[in-house]
This record gives sequence, C-alpha cells and structure tokens, in this order.
Amino acid sequence: MTTANKYVPFPSRIEKVIRHTQIEYTFRMHFDQAEEKVKPGQFFEISMPKYGEAPISVSGIGKDSIDFTIRRVGVVTNEIFEHYEGQSLLIRGPYGNGFDFNDYNGSELIVVAGGTGVSPVRGVIDYYAHHPEKVDGITAIVGFKSPDDMLFRDDLAYWKEHIDFRMTVDSAKGREGYREGFVTAVVPELTPKDLANTKAIVVGPPPMMRFTIAGLIKLGIPEENIWLSQERKMCCGLGKCGHCKIGNTYVCLDGPVFPYLKSKTMVD
Amino acid sequence: MGYIADTSQFEKLFSYWKEEYEIWAPRRFQGGGRFSDTDAVRYARVDSPSEIEFEEKSAYSWKETVFPPSETLFYFSQNHVEEAEAPAKKRLVFLRSCDLAAVRRMDQIYLKNGDPDYYYARKRDGLAFVLIGCPHTCENGFCVSMGTNASDNYDMSVDVTDGAYYIDCPQEDWSRKLEELGAAPAEHKPSRVTENKVSVRIPDNLTYEVGKSTMWNQYDKRCINCGRCNFVCPTCTCFTMQDMYYDADGKVGERRRVQASCMVDGYTDVAGGASYRKKNGQRMRFKTLHKVLDFRERFGYQMCVGCGRCDDICPEYISFSHIINHLEEGMKEAQADDNSK
Repeated sequence: MTTANKYVPFPSRIEKVIRHTQIEYTFRMHFDQAEEKVKPGQFFEISMPKYGEAPISVSGIGKDSIDFTIRRVGVVTNEIFEHYEGQSLLIRGPYGNGFDFNDYNGSELIVVAGGTGVSPVRGVIDYYAHHPEKVDGITAIVGFKSPDDMLFRDDLAYWKEHIDFRMTVDSAKGREGYREGFVTAVVPELTPKDLANTKAIVVGPPPMMRFTIAGLIKLGIPEENIWLSQERKMCCGLGKCGHCKIGNTYVCLDGPVFPYLKSKTMVD
Repeated sequence: MGYIADTSQFEKLFSYWKEEYEIWAPRRFQGGGRFSDTDAVRYARVDSPSEIEFEEKSAYSWKETVFPPSETLFYFSQNHVEEAEAPAKKRLVFLRSCDLAAVRRMDQIYLKNGDPDYYYARKRDGLAFVLIGCPHTCENGFCVSMGTNASDNYDMSVDVTDGAYYIDCPQEDWSRKLEELGAAPAEHKPSRVTENKVSVRIPDNLTYEVGKSTMWNQYDKRCINCGRCNFVCPTCTCFTMQDMYYDADGKVGERRRVQASCMVDGYTDVAGGASYRKKNGQRMRFKTLHKVLDFRERFGYQMCVGCGRCDDICPEYISFSHIINHLEEGMKEAQADDNSK
C-alpha cells in the first residue's frame, strides 16, 4: 500500500500582511494554482513548531495565493503574529468541502456573517459581487463588535458600491454613521422577491447562527435553502483524530459547510 | 491445519518468527498494577513464549502495538521537517477475539474514513495476528452480545493447556514450519466464549434523542473525566497533536500524536475559549452513542467489541454495559417527554 504522508506540512511564504485591527491580520500566503485547488469555506492547518497546529479558514483565494485571516486568540495564533512578511509558515491542506457555487447560482442569495465568520464567506460574497449575473441579486449582512473591529475594509467598500450590503456594529463607540445592533435585527427587514428561490448562508458564533437562521425561516425562506459553516477543533483535518466529530458526522470531512437541514440534526 | 506443539516446539516457532517479526503480546508486569501488590497486564514486546500472559485479560488493548500513547510523526530542525522512520521490523500480535474484531474498527477509521493514515498504514501492512483462545469468559466482557466472541481472520490461533499448545494455523509458511518442528497434527478450533456473565441489548429504536433522557445526569458527578475508559478501549482512535522541543530557543523538536479522550477537558476547545459538551454526563452520552449508534450509522456495524476493559479500569466503578442496557428506558423517557410537549 502506498499512502501519502498528509501530516507533514510544507513551507509557504508570507507574501503580504494586511492589518485589519489590533488583533486580526490577514496573511497572504503563496500557494500554487490556488484558484483551481482551493474553495471558499475550506480550511488549512497552520503549524507553529513548538506550539502546535490550528485550523484556519481560507479568507481569500488568488491566482497563486491564499489568505488566512487570523485572530490572535490562542497559543498558535499568538505565535503566528510574531512572523511577518518575507518569512514562511508551515501549512497543510486544503481540507473540508467548502462552499459549492452550484448551490447558489441563479438564486437570490443572502449571506449573513459575524466577526471572523466573514472570513469563510468573503470569497463567496466577493465572487458574486464581481459576477452579479450569476445570481438573481445578492445581499450581504455583516456584523462586527465595533468600528475598530471591522475586517476587510476595502472589500466592504466595494460591496457597499456593488451589492445590497448592510453592516451592523454591536457598539459604534459614539461614532456617527454606523448602525448599532445585531445582524439578527436586519434579517426581518429583508424582502426577497421569490422566497422559494432565495438561498442563505450564515456563518458566525453559534448563538448568532441560531437566531439568524430562526429569523430567515420566519421570513419564509425554506429550511433546505439555508447553509452554514461549523467551527470545531480539527486537529488532523483527515477524519482520524476525532475532535470534530458530531454524531455520525466528521466536520473536517463532511463539512465544515453543511445544509441547515443536516446541521440541525447534529447534536454535539 | 491443526497441531499440538510442546513448549520446545513452540519456542522454536517463536525463534523462527523473530527473524521476521517483533512479537507483541499481553505481558505481566509484577507490582505494576493500580493497587498495591497487584500486577499490570499490558501489551509489550516479548522475547519468548514464557513472557506471554495467556490467562489474564490485558488491562490495555492490542492497539498500543500500532497506536502507542505517544507517537512521533516528524522532527523539526530549524525550517526542515523530517519524517520519523517506520519501525524496522514487522509486528506479530497475540490477541483475543474481541481485540481482533477491534482491528477492523481501527482499520475503518485509519484506512477508510477519508484518505488512509500514513503512519498507521505503514505499520498495518506488516501485521500478523495470533489469536489467543478464550476457554472461559472474563469478568466484565460482553463479546457474545456484540458478536465478537468468534473470529476466523487470524494467521494462527493458540490455546495453551497444561504446557501443550493447541494450534490452528491457516498461515501456510508457519504450518510447514510446525510440521518441520515435528508438531503433532490434530484438528483444533480456537476455544471461544459462548456465554458471558454480562449481556447487553442495544435498543433497535435508539436515536440521538436519548440524549434528552435524565439517565446521563448521574455521570455529571460520578464520572471524574479521567479518560481511562478511552485509553484502554481497543476501538478508541482519537489523538491530539503535540509539539515537543529539545532546546530552549525552539529550533529543534518533534511533533507527536498522543492518544486523546473525549471525556477529558480540552477535547473540544476551539480558539477563543469556546468548547462543547462541558458536563461529564454529556461526554458519557457522546462516547456511548459513538460506540453503539453513530459508528454503525456511518459504517454499518457496531464499534464496541464488548471487551469490558472500560468497566475493569473505571476508578468510579461506572459500568458501560449498564449504560447500554439503560438506553431502552432512556429512549422511553425521551420520547415520553416529547409526547407530553
């Protein structure tokens, strides 16, 4: 039996570092033929020798590059922040299913994302913002804690110009021009043209996803038209280590993107 | 072919094996038990048949032969990564029927759930199995209920009675060797347990709904989430990555995988501090349903092999077979709750 060793990471050069906030940076990494090989919603394992590995979503895909938007919250991510342009990181992947554009082409699409949950859907929103003819309209609702926590400012500006884009902040910190509140407050204001042909993607912290999906269903969007992405501790990414298993489902192999109808049957 | 070998013949067969194999078997470690003046029986390399514990069930399972508590995957040296070498020799494992059934479960996860696992596959390829017959049941095993009390997928089987080795040997090279050594031909089938002291019944209507039952609550406090049940389980395959460094400035080190337990804190921790299944009762439910429900849903047969090691090892005397037998009532309770809503 010849089996490839999928545990050994390969070095990938940091091409660019984009600072969004004090604790959230995007690392643009070299990856050959990324456009053909990687899909939004997939993830990689990023290694920091001595500290371990962490599963990180792909937040952008270029011709030969992939973006990781990393929040400095753990041991591994802390260490990653000490490495900058010109250096390289050890990575392996891509893993997981990612978003399948075929599920959304031709439909009216609503994407709701909170905080770092924007990372996995950034590629989806961006694709349709640049290919509006592929969908029957796209609405993106994005929430951040405060104006200081906003990610992807350049993208947000582009989306604001080209698609139905709405943003909320939990607190505007006294600044003008921001809508205070949660993304869930925006959902009831939506008026999809044809509910049966409306599809939705929801990514964010578990309570945010729960309430947003409840709102979308109340709006009349069929349950089978909703997708979400689950965050779990993927240690291996290969269906072996067990950490991401929910019931009979391995998030790393079968997800992390799930139809809501499947996801609602999954009990941790 | 069947044979009866004496000690000297069996020792010679053993020497013949050792040219090709490293031999792993249950071995007694005197004074190594969990209580004072008790022994530990666990898997280890053996150099002669006399070192094999043929009578007592090993506290830890066969899995340590291929899935040790800690396994180096590769070495880091500055920016270079170097794969850990494979064991030099193939391994021959002495094991009982429950553990041989567990090999299939481990293959399922490591070879067939997604792409094959490199480190498992390279050891698995050379494994040979010698079945140790079970003339009587062990204390807590329920192999008959799980259908794992009989196996025929061994290279050789052996029953040891009064210094005589009763052998069934489908492996042709070994069979020839036994003949050459003068072992007396005699048909023999490995002894097997036909009745355990414990039996279990997994309800046909079992679903995740049983999680709503109050049956799990007692484990919130009774279970101390030590994870021993997982570490002794021949079918538990979970691991966690762990980096180890030899020098202070972090230039030279290794990445290991270490056995992990879904009962122990930290198993589900995600970045930022969130975790799932905080209560021990929920973890017990998760583990139980993996062993008797969701593995079967995914792969078509039950994961638990009924070896009973989890019951043997639990410091809180929690019985897994008792939990399984409680599932039927748990389902009734969960469904009654549903109906009353």
